[in-house]
Amino acid sequence: MIAIVDYGVGNLYSLKSSFEYLGIPTIVTRDKTEIENSDKILLPGVGAFRDAAKSLAGYGLDKVVREQASLGKPMLGICLGMQMLFDKSFEYGEYDGLGLISGNVRPLAGAIPETLKIPHIGWNALHFPKNKEKSPIFKYVEEGECVYFVHSYYAADCDESVIATAEYGMEVTAAAAKNNVFGCQFHPEKSGEVGMKILRAFHEYRA
Amino acid sequence: MITKRIIPCLDVKDGRVVKGVNFQGLSDVSSPVELGKYYSDNGADELVFYDITASAEGRALFTDILKEVASKIFIPLTVGGGINTVADFDRVLKCGADKVSVNSGAIRNPGLIEEAAKIYGDQCVVLSVDVKRVDGVFRVFAKGGRENTGMEALEWIRRGVESGAGEIVVNSIDTDGVKQGFDLEMLEAVLNIVNVPVIASGGAGGIGDFVELFHKLPTVDAGLAASIFHFGEVAIPDLKRELHKENIIVRL
Repeated sequence: MIAIVDYGVGNLYSLKSSFEYLGIPTIVTRDKTEIENSDKILLPGVGAFRDAAKSLAGYGLDKVVREQASLGKPMLGICLGMQMLFDKSFEYGEYDGLGLISGNVRPLAGAIPETLKIPHIGWNALHFPKNKEKSPIFKYVEEGECVYFVHSYYAADCDESVIATAEYGMEVTAAAAKNNVFGCQFHPEKSGEVGMKILRAFHEYRA
Repeated sequence: MITKRIIPCLDVKDGRVVKGVNFQGLSDVSSPVELGKYYSDNGADELVFYDITASAEGRALFTDILKEVASKIFIPLTVGGGINTVADFDRVLKCGADKVSVNSGAIRNPGLIEEAAKIYGDQCVVLSVDVKRVDGVFRVFAKGGRENTGMEALEWIRRGVESGAGEIVVNSIDTDGVKQGFDLEMLEAVLNIVNVPVIASGGAGGIGDFVELFHKLPTVDAGLAASIFHFGEVAIPDLKRELHKENIIVRL
């Protein structure tokens, strides 16, 4: 059972539906015990970092998520949920993340050429670092396949954990991982067949 | 790089797609779910569902159908039609929509864009504008293009983006239905004043019109059309192959 952590941020309908479509059981929950009893954890999120971090902590779930990650439970953060896995975010201030993957979340503005529109929104191709083995969550995905992005901030200072990038005026971190903890900046639940392949691979992943 | 998007638009009335379609292999050509799935499986990058229902009953049917669409189709969904309040945003977003398109509702209440953008984020708010030339000036039309609001379109769009619209759909009434190509002059004028994605709508008659659009206006983000897709005049996979051949970056 995959626990989709519901901490009051964003709409979980599509995410839950996509696992249903794949025939993978999930539970949408903010209950500590249910999260502890799950096989895997999915951390979603849209909106602003500060509000999301506050909300997660408000339910006492930051501790639970950190604890479960350190026990080796597979975990996938999506979009803002991915950004929360890092040390810090500089979105409208400076806020602490979960610190599960080293790195910081910084604005695309200033990092990419001014001619490019922000947010980085739309379908963009995934590229896998040539010097690394392909991450298990991408085992069904080919180099160059497209996924759907919507974001204005990106994960920086995390070279060693980058498992996929997308080209948008620079190499934008598309996905990162450290041991059992994975994060996708894009939305697999909105990325058609390619997204489904990633969710399936996460389900099949054994730490 | 980010790909150019191809977006079919489906008009829905009382939970059914209006305007007949003639795809083979679809058992129910007016089912938004079947048609949406068909498009999603055939290369559409995003779907727009436009609710043209006037009644409360029809609106409820639309919400039900939207939920069903969102539970089976996993590409971005934009919903428009009858969006007048933040409660309307809430209603369709809870059913799985990713973006909400406002048009007349924002004309009646310009504060709606800012209010919605603050709650749901800019990326969620699409400003759709029906524009027509009147004495050489681009004017905003309301009520499905029937009524001249007298507002200057470029000013309206600029203000919309300032208020938080994260994307603009420019529907040219002058070229809509004419099938002689997109309104490049109008689109260029809009591209010059905004830095958010711009979606071209109105006038596509064939594959060549999309090629021309993306070649002549490289900063336009997407092309939207309805009937040429529904009636099979343009098949999206063919369109995308042709765009790819023309060195326009698309998702194949």
